Amino acid sequence: MTKYILEMNNITKEFPGVKALSDVNFKVEEGEIHCLVGENGAGKSTLMKVLSGVYPYGTYKGDIVLGGEVQKYSTVRDSEKAGIAIIYQELALIPDMTVYENIFLGHEIKKGSTINWNETIVRAEEMLGKVKLSVNPEELVKNLGVGKQQLIEIAKALSKNVKLLILDEPTSALNENDSENLLELLLELKKQGITSIMISHKLKEVISIADTVTILRDGKTICSMSASKGEIAENAIIKCMVGREIDNIYPKRDFHPSDEVVLELKNWSGFDPKQGREILKDISMNLKKGEIVGIAGLMGAGRTELAQSIFGNPAEYRLKGELFIHGQKKNIKRTSDAIRAGLAYVTEDRKGNGLILIQDVKQNISISNLRSIASSGVINQNEEINIANGYKEDLNIKTPSIAQTVGNLSGGNQQKVSLGKWLFAKPKILILDEPTRGIDVGAKYEIYTIMNELIKQGMSIIMISSELPEVLGMSDRVYVVSEGRITGELPIEEATQEKIMAMATN
Amino acid sequence: MGFLKEAKTLMRQNVREYGMYIALVVIMMIFTITTDGLFISSRNISNLINMTGYIAVLAIGMTLVIVIRHIDLSVGFLSGFMGAICAIMMMKWGWSMWIAIPAVLIFGILIGCVNGFLVAKVNIPAFVATLAGWLIFRGLILWVTEETGTIVISNPTFNAIGNGFIPDIANLGFHLLTVIIGIIAIGLFVWSEFRARMVKQRYNFEVVSMSIFLVKLVFISVIIAYITWILAGYNGLSWTVVIVAITAFIYHFITTKTVLGRHIYALGGNPEAAKLSGVNVTKITFWVFCSMGMLSALSGVLFASRLQSATTTAGTLFELDAIAAAYVGGVSAAGGVGKVTGSLVGALVMSSLVSGMNLMGTGIYYQYIIRGAVLVIAVVFDVTTRNAAAKTAK
Repeated sequence: MTKYILEMNNITKEFPGVKALSDVNFKVEEGEIHCLVGENGAGKSTLMKVLSGVYPYGTYKGDIVLGGEVQKYSTVRDSEKAGIAIIYQELALIPDMTVYENIFLGHEIKKGSTINWNETIVRAEEMLGKVKLSVNPEELVKNLGVGKQQLIEIAKALSKNVKLLILDEPTSALNENDSENLLELLLELKKQGITSIMISHKLKEVISIADTVTILRDGKTICSMSASKGEIAENAIIKCMVGREIDNIYPKRDFHPSDEVVLELKNWSGFDPKQGREILKDISMNLKKGEIVGIAGLMGAGRTELAQSIFGNPAEYRLKGELFIHGQKKNIKRTSDAIRAGLAYVTEDRKGNGLILIQDVKQNISISNLRSIASSGVINQNEEINIANGYKEDLNIKTPSIAQTVGNLSGGNQQKVSLGKWLFAKPKILILDEPTRGIDVGAKYEIYTIMNELIKQGMSIIMISSELPEVLGMSDRVYVVSEGRITGELPIEEATQEKIMAMATN
Repeated sequence: MGFLKEAKTLMRQNVREYGMYIALVVIMMIFTITTDGLFISSRNISNLINMTGYIAVLAIGMTLVIVIRHIDLSVGFLSGFMGAICAIMMMKWGWSMWIAIPAVLIFGILIGCVNGFLVAKVNIPAFVATLAGWLIFRGLILWVTEETGTIVISNPTFNAIGNGFIPDIANLGFHLLTVIIGIIAIGLFVWSEFRARMVKQRYNFEVVSMSIFLVKLVFISVIIAYITWILAGYNGLSWTVVIVAITAFIYHFITTKTVLGRHIYALGGNPEAAKLSGVNVTKITFWVFCSMGMLSALSGVLFASRLQSATTTAGTLFELDAIAAAYVGGVSAAGGVGKVTGSLVGALVMSSLVSGMNLMGTGIYYQYIIRGAVLVIAVVFDVTTRNAAAKTAK
């Protein structure tokens, strides 16, 4: 009989209005590498948060059994004590502290009531040996590359006597060399008896190291495959990942794009000094008048960075390549240049950087193009009211009045305000980043209808979306992005969920 | 909806804004009682308002600085330094005040630009950049006044800015021009309120019922009339009031009616969203600090004129009074929220406390403690009512 180190039985976790996990079963054998795979929003992160105590016992239904005992964590510390360590995508190291300080942060080695630094350094060296990292423990973490920082995170986990190591997309920010090192290390740790759970989008990696693969979709366990039985194969995984029902919620359109190219990127590359890596690599793409181009890809593939780099934000991006709008080469330095060039960008995060939640509907709509309703800097407020009321009617924004604070509206209506704001800027090219994230089906349908209406009027749309059915249902053409590169271009007739997912996990 | 019920909901929705006015009225009534009416005398009210002037102009500028989520600690000593420069220009260099005052205002703008440059371009936290300014201007005041110490200003026209009153047109035992201005102010107020109401109705916006509307009109008109009457019974409107009123009017206009104002509040409300909407964050930050510099200079002129001299300690703690006035007046530390008019009332609340306690002969230590307590209470009130409003909205 196989011995399970971890059993998560019938886990159900609900958020207001959404069932993030429903009746999930997840079993990990002792000493194996178990990969957890699924689309964005499939529930992987939620499941790991349940396991690590981020969502304390009582806020979910079901049992967590670790080493034969039912666990009831109320904080992350409890799960750490039980031997669970999670390494997130965003590393949790303190850049201005040394390697050894970081490794023992939170569980310092003490002599009496003070820290025993000498012992700390010796133990840190030992841990670094285990992860095969040869750096001076007294080096500052900020001077090390992302790959090495990741290893330090693992060293930190090992120093806590970890039994179960969880890595959330560990290789997404690493280059190929570092990725390989990391995977080898996982195999090495496996020999030492450490069980790992790895969340990953990169199926090649998954296939190369996993003993077992569990696939989640829409908060449910879809299937589990075992390497020893020879079940793990890319096709099979992709089939389980996608299979999401395509509802008939996409309004028909009897309109075909023209051949006139309105936007073209040639060899577009971008370097983000903040992350210290290249986020966009040699991207060439185009958009035609009256066309909806879908950009598919998984989270972190560089889709939002691509959109923002075209839109002149953030200004720190170091960009190479050429951007043509209506055949003219453009050099967009800031967002106001982009707006003037006829671009508009509806952000994926409407609360974070899309809307000004404490202001009212009217002010949010007019902000993108205030000058058009102002003479010598003074706003014509009657005109502003007319315009806002116009968009309220056109987009069917459900609000008692345009004087309502945007923070009080529902997600779907906020999204419509966000759309209205950018339509008021009178763009020729509209970039929609996850246009229907977190809104209900009715509002989705309305937004799709609006999109169809807009292209009929001669606008062109770039739609970034994680939801494959949406990409397939709305686009005329699809580009797939993976790791900052365009890995495929598909006319809509040829596009299927499986093909796109295969390119996105490439 | 019944009159009382509507009044109650209205009160609940706008408790923060109304609370401030109510606090001001309550404070004034308490001091009137404890000083046997001395507090509300024409002479004291006139003095009180003049005393508030140089803080009020700083508070107006500080409102915008805090709205865009920054702070400016340098304004106090900058104000003192600018006053000293103005005094030197007139007394030592023999410049006419009509050249000296604009020169000082421009100088203030330039210094504000330096702050703006450090904050907006070099990305130094405003706290640090302006703390450096605080030290530097303090040093500069001591330096320029080193030889002479206090520079006495013997220019009666200049000194009238802080101490003088507008001339009267007739001699009737009360100040006729003040009364006329008061009546015009009430007329303008009533007219603009009616106009705003009509516009709202035309667009089918929610408006308060006619009875509530009239009560509000009458209430505010009576207050304006009463203050006018009190002032008319002494020497009439002072030049300080006129200058502060014009400044407040300009800034109120900028913040509520212009693209610039909207961009300032957008930047404060959500910098990321503002940036993505094409707002030039650097330019707006620059502008706000330049305006603060100019208002510091104006404050310096008002203060020097009030004291009829430039002293070595001018400007001490003005910045904190201005910041306190802004917070008491409803500016939110989280950014994006705050009215110029609110900060004016905040400044009045704070100086009413000082004036009232002085009349009562309260010890200076109590005065500081009470002012501190009022500041804390105002901000706690602000935060809790805002949270409550956010909850009921959901």
